[in-house]
Amino acid sequence: MSIIGATAGELLQRLERGDVSSVEATTAYLDAIALNDGRVKAFLHVDWDHAIAQARAIDEKRQRGESLGILGGLPVAVKDVVCTQGQPTTCASKMLKGFVPPYDAHVVTRLKTSDAVLIGKTNMDEFAMGSSTENSAYQVTRNPWDLERTPGGSSGGSAAAVAASMAPLALGTDTGGSIRLPAGYCGVVGMKPTYGRVSRFGLVAYGSSLDQIGPFANDVAGAALLLEALAGYDRRDSTSVDTPVPQYSRTVEEPLAGVRIGIAKEHFVSGLDREVESSVRAGLDVYKSLGAEIKEISLPHSKYAVAVYYIVAPSEASSNLARYDGVHYGHRAAQFDNMIDMYSASRGEGFGAEVKRRIMLGTYALSAGYYDAYYLKALKVRRLIRNDFDEAFKSVDVIASPVAPTPAFKIGELMDDPLAMYLSDIYTISANLAGLPGICLPAGFSRNNLPIGLQLLGPPFEEERLLRTARMFECETDFHKRRPTVE
Amino acid sequence: MSSPTTIIGLEVHVQLQTQSKIFCGCSSAYNPTHPNAQTCPVCLGLPGSLPVMNRRAFELGVKTAIALNCDIAPFTKWDRKQYYYPDLPKGYQISQFDLPFSDDGFLEIDAPGDSGEKRRIGIIRAHLEEDAGKNMHDESGRGTDSQVDLNRAGTPLLEIVSQPDLRSPAEAKAYLEELKLLLTYLEVSDCNMQEGSLRCDANVNLHMEAEDGQKIATPIVEVKNLNSFRNVELALEYEVKRQLEQWQKTGQTLGEVAKETRGFDAARGVTFAQRGKEEASDYRYFPDPDLVPVTVSSAFLDQVRESLCEFPADRRKRMAVAYQLSDYDVRVIVDQGRAFANYFEEVAKLCSDGKQASNWVTQDVLREMNERRLTIDEFPIRAAVLGNLLERITKKQVTIKSAREVFVELLSELHSRTPISAHHIDQIIAEKGLALVTDTGELERVIGEVIAKNPKAVADFQSGKQAAVGALIGQVMKSVKGADPQKVRELVVAKLRG
Ligand SMILES: [Zn+2]
Repeated sequence: MSIIGATAGELLQRLERGDVSSVEATTAYLDAIALNDGRVKAFLHVDWDHAIAQARAIDEKRQRGESLGILGGLPVAVKDVVCTQGQPTTCASKMLKGFVPPYDAHVVTRLKTSDAVLIGKTNMDEFAMGSSTENSAYQVTRNPWDLERTPGGSSGGSAAAVAASMAPLALGTDTGGSIRLPAGYCGVVGMKPTYGRVSRFGLVAYGSSLDQIGPFANDVAGAALLLEALAGYDRRDSTSVDTPVPQYSRTVEEPLAGVRIGIAKEHFVSGLDREVESSVRAGLDVYKSLGAEIKEISLPHSKYAVAVYYIVAPSEASSNLARYDGVHYGHRAAQFDNMIDMYSASRGEGFGAEVKRRIMLGTYALSAGYYDAYYLKALKVRRLIRNDFDEAFKSVDVIASPVAPTPAFKIGELMDDPLAMYLSDIYTISANLAGLPGICLPAGFSRNNLPIGLQLLGPPFEEERLLRTARMFECETDFHKRRPTVE
Repeated sequence: MSSPTTIIGLEVHVQLQTQSKIFCGCSSAYNPTHPNAQTCPVCLGLPGSLPVMNRRAFELGVKTAIALNCDIAPFTKWDRKQYYYPDLPKGYQISQFDLPFSDDGFLEIDAPGDSGEKRRIGIIRAHLEEDAGKNMHDESGRGTDSQVDLNRAGTPLLEIVSQPDLRSPAEAKAYLEELKLLLTYLEVSDCNMQEGSLRCDANVNLHMEAEDGQKIATPIVEVKNLNSFRNVELALEYEVKRQLEQWQKTGQTLGEVAKETRGFDAARGVTFAQRGKEEASDYRYFPDPDLVPVTVSSAFLDQVRESLCEFPADRRKRMAVAYQLSDYDVRVIVDQGRAFANYFEEVAKLCSDGKQASNWVTQDVLREMNERRLTIDEFPIRAAVLGNLLERITKKQVTIKSAREVFVELLSELHSRTPISAHHIDQIIAEKGLALVTDTGELERVIGEVIAKNPKAVADFQSGKQAAVGALIGQVMKSVKGADPQKVRELVVAKLRG
């Protein structure tokens, strides 16, 4: 069996048995990157020697008979919004070109102590703002299933890397759907954990009250394994929650009996692609055949989710991105007349159009005289959206929905229509506003052979329930086993 | 036109004495010689870094607010105050906006002068925030780059905002002095103005009443960055004059012109208009999503209350009664700080004579401390030793005069290297023969000799010149150093009267 294309679980077994060394596995993926990434453009930074050195160190540990962390030599790609000590972290922005953090993000420390090999940094929408990975200052990532189409965003590089078998596992971040949407478009598994489940320390902030780091994998078990490595309390993140972390990688194989699945009537309305809808409904039939109960629920405030998100996230972003002013680090304009001019010239040159658009939106929403009408109102509606979910979860265990209204759209198709682009997150945004966990898994293909994702949402800290429910579906279907041919 | 009433409100920023900064583990020690040595990703505002509240800073803030009679909010949160400046690495300052952790308190002060009147100055609010760094501009005029030192960035600050209750520059100074004393008693801040641990902005305007009864207020001026209490007073005095003249010239009243920010030129003694970075700015405050709100439990409040020391005002009242001291003396002692007042109390208890202890501590000790530039903690004669010395006065083992000699001797070079103990007192008394002579036989022998040698003085006394006895006493005292002058006088007079 080849290394490339194996699931993380299969590869880990072979590493543990000694059939394959971490150096061999890492080399195979580095070769795959060399072979295919010229077309996919998923990676911004690959340090071949550094990756091999990590793999070698892990192999030596294993040879010495030392116990290894749960990732035992598996390569993992990391979205370029997560700080890696001594390795560039650009957030796909010109602003942070050449920026090398002096410290590791908490999740990177977790990856290292779990004996992962950090294989490279992946492309994204600049500062995680976007749904197509077209807003990168460096390159446009392509969907491995159709190179003319977007992989989704903002974690498009990580999703495409896993889909194109350039990494068995990858980290993404999800502020409004940035893991789940690209997972859906690329036909891989992607999970956004509960807000507070994974430390944000070292994650370059976009919308601080929404951002979460989560796993990409080519099956549910791989996502469970990676989440287990990432999750847990970190005192350096005040919003991190100190609650026990289940052994997701073990319990994922245990099916749930009589699971109650909620379907929100608000999710099946005009704008939803017919093929997507039929894939989702077919998915529900799979669950029914497994003894699940399907119940209709209502999320009456979900229609406001996109509007609320585009006030809350840009408001926080306008503040979080204020530090990029050319004074202490990052891009500084070559020409300026005075201090104020230095700020505006540096920021004007360093940020791309979408980032500037959101900074302006947020600055406006927080301005004196507008704060109550926009930001404060948005917070109130945000609370109502959470209440809807709390109410729904009294009668169902998980909520199933499409992950996006359509399969992957064409590169450039929505670039001139930001509002249409924003609507691609309509099914994912609510989970961020409510702080809930969500998972996206492959659930079908369109006539054009484009992947279609199914999203499952759960109550806070019920990642385990989501993973087990998702794994039940995966065991009955083989959408996750298909691999694209990149050409 | 009535004479104008001066209306002053003060905003005081105090650095809290924590080991580490308010949102990271870096040292908050004053360290201007090694710029940026006390920094980390958090206080440098590097991408991805997150703040974590220093519980000790919060505790010190609450401690101060309780001492200022403030209400402590059961729920408080952190907000971002947003503006661009090179000393502010995140582009926002973490502060508290609409839900400060404390509000509505007061500080009682003595009105300036000798009226003995107490004044209660309202405290609008006290909130916590992080300090910014320090910009260092090129002063040479050659236009080289400015530099930024972020050692100070993230130092915990407590902002204490008073009501506009102060009615004169002298009262403003008295308020600051009392506030500083309270803060140092509580050990929440060293209040070192040179090092910027205490900074003050003053808001001032004038209220007047015209002959027709119409009330007039001059525009409010904020005088910023006043770096000594004296300068606060001088700047305000200048402003009072300037605002009156300005009003007479322009007739402009409050609301007709925007609030003005002025600086103070201490060398020329004048305030001057400043174009501040904050002019007409919108800080776009919003709750910091990186920090969780703080809920204050009653258990926590009890714990803080238990850690409180006696406040200066209470201590003055208690000590005046306990040691039978004048208001003046007790103020001198308490205002020197907690360590000094502790020193006094230890001495007073040992010698059982509050007045005696007060005289020595406020005169001899204070004078020597000032001359030697020592704090009370550094003063070589510890309270136990001084108490021992003064106890000998109380017990009539030495005279006050002899005790002074011992005191001077103790401080002399001879003993400056070893810790001074009661043993040294014994030594000096022995060496100098300062022990009070209670052996009347010996005294009477000397008196007999002196009388025999001074027939003229004896004759003068007997002819009614009472003063003549002084010369005789002097000669006796010269021979018997430790003699009690009172006793000598009694014996001499008795002998002369035969
Ligand atoms: Zn620090």
